[in-house]
Order: sequence, then structure tokens, then C-alpha cells
Amino acid sequence: MAEEVKLYGTWSSPFSRRIELALKLKGVPFEYIEEDLSNKSPELLKYNPVHKKIPVLVHNSKPIAESQVILEYIDEIWNNNPILPQDPYQRAMARFWAKFIDEKALATRMKANFAEGKERELVTEEFFQQMKFLENELNGKDFFGGETIGFVDIVAIVVAIWFPLTQEVLGVETFTEEKFPVLFKWIRKITEIDVVNECRPPREKHLAYVKARIEGLKSASK
Amino acid sequence: MADEVILLDFWASMFGIRVRIALAEKGVKYEYKEQDLFNKSPLLLRMNPVHKKIPVLIHNGKSVCESSIIVQYIDEVWKDKAPLLPYDPYQRAQARFWVDFIDKKMYDTSRKTWATKGEEQEAAKKEFIEVLKTLGGELGDKPFFGGDNFGYVDLCLIPYYCWFYSYETFGKFSVEAECPKFIAWVTRCLQRETVAKALPDEKKVFEFVSVLREKIRVE
Repeated sequence: MAEEVKLYGTWSSPFSRRIELALKLKGVPFEYIEEDLSNKSPELLKYNPVHKKIPVLVHNSKPIAESQVILEYIDEIWNNNPILPQDPYQRAMARFWAKFIDEKALATRMKANFAEGKERELVTEEFFQQMKFLENELNGKDFFGGETIGFVDIVAIVVAIWFPLTQEVLGVETFTEEKFPVLFKWIRKITEIDVVNECRPPREKHLAYVKARIEGLKSASK
Repeated sequence: MADEVILLDFWASMFGIRVRIALAEKGVKYEYKEQDLFNKSPLLLRMNPVHKKIPVLIHNGKSVCESSIIVQYIDEVWKDKAPLLPYDPYQRAQARFWVDFIDKKMYDTSRKTWATKGEEQEAAKKEFIEVLKTLGGELGDKPFFGGDNFGYVDLCLIPYYCWFYSYETFGKFSVEAECPKFIAWVTRCLQRETVAKALPDEKKVFEFVSVLREKIRVE
């Protein structure tokens, strides 16, 4: 029976891009539909009525939403090139760090980017602590997944690509190789992988997009 | 070799209760260690250095943190009894989606029903009822979120029930009046021994919430 796999996403979203990466890693053919978030399609609203967000994977007409839920689903349906480990403890650890990145690191990073004065100092310190925790998790391995990229690596691409890019736009230097040599070594390794680069937003377009968004957020808060 | 299972927990925590129910469903013997959240123990800080929170499951010396992750771990390790997550991958994805929804929406909203006042509290009440209605929509006519059987979503949601009396009293509303189907589901869950035993008395929770309100000076 022919599989029908559709991905509703946006080119600039790390959550959407991580699904593309997982599908490509497993060699799963899929149809990609670019969503305009200012004008969401009836399909998106039908497939994700609860959150109305991307990414949404539709497999043989059945929708799955929330990027980490989608990643686990993909791993269970297509079990070549596994993303999650087999061992229950290792799986729990992978889920823990993925959750940490999406729920803590991202939020702290956002706050640190836009806070001022004393608050900025405090939040930046919190960000450093979080990045140290993440860095320690690499513990001599090439990737969080070990010798090949896994669940945490795929989720952490937001740290590898989006964090440095936003920093470049903002003209700050908080997330540096000097402070996080092990993490930056991982960033170099992961961004050398072909399929990772196939799934990242094109640099100039991405820079322009982030610049525009930051300008927009800055003028909105005035 | 016997398994050593320790649970670091706090009696009133809806997240801790999830783990207690899961361990009971699987018939796992464990040592319960009550934690003082206002004076965290060296053990807790060592076992959960990242978040410094309960619950923490320590299995043969290795710690697992975050309640939904702990419950999935328990389901995978003690897999020969009382499956918590569905067998089918699509159903499993749906279960994970709804637990993620509960984790994102229930805690902050429900907390505001007792920890705030005035307009903020009114808005929180409305949002909380909406969350319950959305969940009620997902439940539909099924006996449990898992279908015929009590499962992962039911287990992750039911612990909130012992806090409802506090939300309703401080927030001045009634869940039963707003979402009767939801209460019918609660009743079915409470018929399960593992659930009934794990939920603390709602009046005790209310006393605890009253003390918390004093501490954060709500009035």
C-alpha cells in the first residue's frame, strides 16, 4: 500500500525543519506544504484544531502535531536509522534533554535577547548555566546520540543554527566557543552533515527574516 | 537481583501522584521519600540538579526526572503488566499529544484560579474551564481517554482532581456545573483502587493551598 506522508511547516521554523530532517534521515518520501502563518490554510486548522500550529505530519490522512511527538511517531513507524535509543533509561534521558531544550533553553534565550539591565545579567547567567548542563551531557561523545545523531541532536539543531544566527543579528557575543568549547565542537560536527544542511533555512534569507522579526518585536514593545 | 526503586516526591504534587499511580498499576515495590520543597534535601539536589524538582524516580541508583518521562519509563521497564501507553503508534502519538496539552495548559491556568484575584483570576477561571471542555471533547463518549481502558492520558490528568476543591472554593465556580461529563470520567477513574489510594484528601490539599496563599499574600 502506498504511504502518503505530508508535512505542513514553515521554512524558518526549527520545529518544522527537524521533522524534515527526521524524514530525510529515514529516506521517507513526503510532500511538503509551506504554510503562511498570517493566513493559515483550512487544512492546517483541520489537522491541528487544538493549537493551530506547524509542524503537522499527516500520515495516510491521520494528523500528528507537536514536533517531539511527531519525531517519536516517525521513529516508531520507520525503524531504519533509529533516532531514539532502545534502552528505556537512555530513552528517558533523551526525552529529558529534548524537553529541556524546547521548554527551558529556548525560553531563557528569548528572555536574554530582549531583557535589559540587571534582568539581562540574571537571565544571561541562567542561560549560561543551562548551556553548561547541555554541554556536560555530550561527555566526550561526538553527538548527543553517540556516534551518530539522535533525538537530542535533532532537537538541539535550534541551538546549533538558530542561536548563533540570532546572536549575529543582535550583535551580541554571549554564546561563544570560548565559554562552550565542547558545545561548539558539536555544532561544527553537526553542521558538517549533508542532510542537516539540506534541512536548514538558506542563510541570507534566514538572516533577513530574523532581522525583520527582531525589528518588529522591538518596535512593538516601544 | 532485586530492583531498588525510590521515589522522591511531595504528598500534594499532582505530578508525583502520576508516578505513584503508575508504580501501583505495575505492582512495583518502592520506597517513598517525602521531600520538603522549602528546604530541599542534598539527595534531591544531587538527583535532579537541572530542575531541583520532584518527582524523581531513582531506579538502581539512576535518576529519571519529569513526571511524563518517568511514567513512560515505568511503562517501558515493567512492560509485562498493565500497559499504560497504547500499543498502536498512532494512538501512542495521540496520547503523547494530549499529555503534552495537559502539561502546557493545566498547571499555570489552574494555579491562577487560586493564586490570583480580580480580573486575572476571572480570566484564569474562563481559560481553565475551556481547557477542561477541550479535554472533554477529546474524551467524547469513551469511558477513558485510553478508550475502554484506563491509560497514560487518564493517569496524567486524574491527579489534578484532588486540587479541584481548592480551585472551586477560591475561584468560586463548580467543575460539575460547567463540565458534567468530566466529573463522570473522574468518578470512573476513582473506582480504580490504584487511583483512589494515590489521591490525597482534597480537604488536606485545600489546607495546604490556604497556607500557600498566605505565603504569597493573595488577598
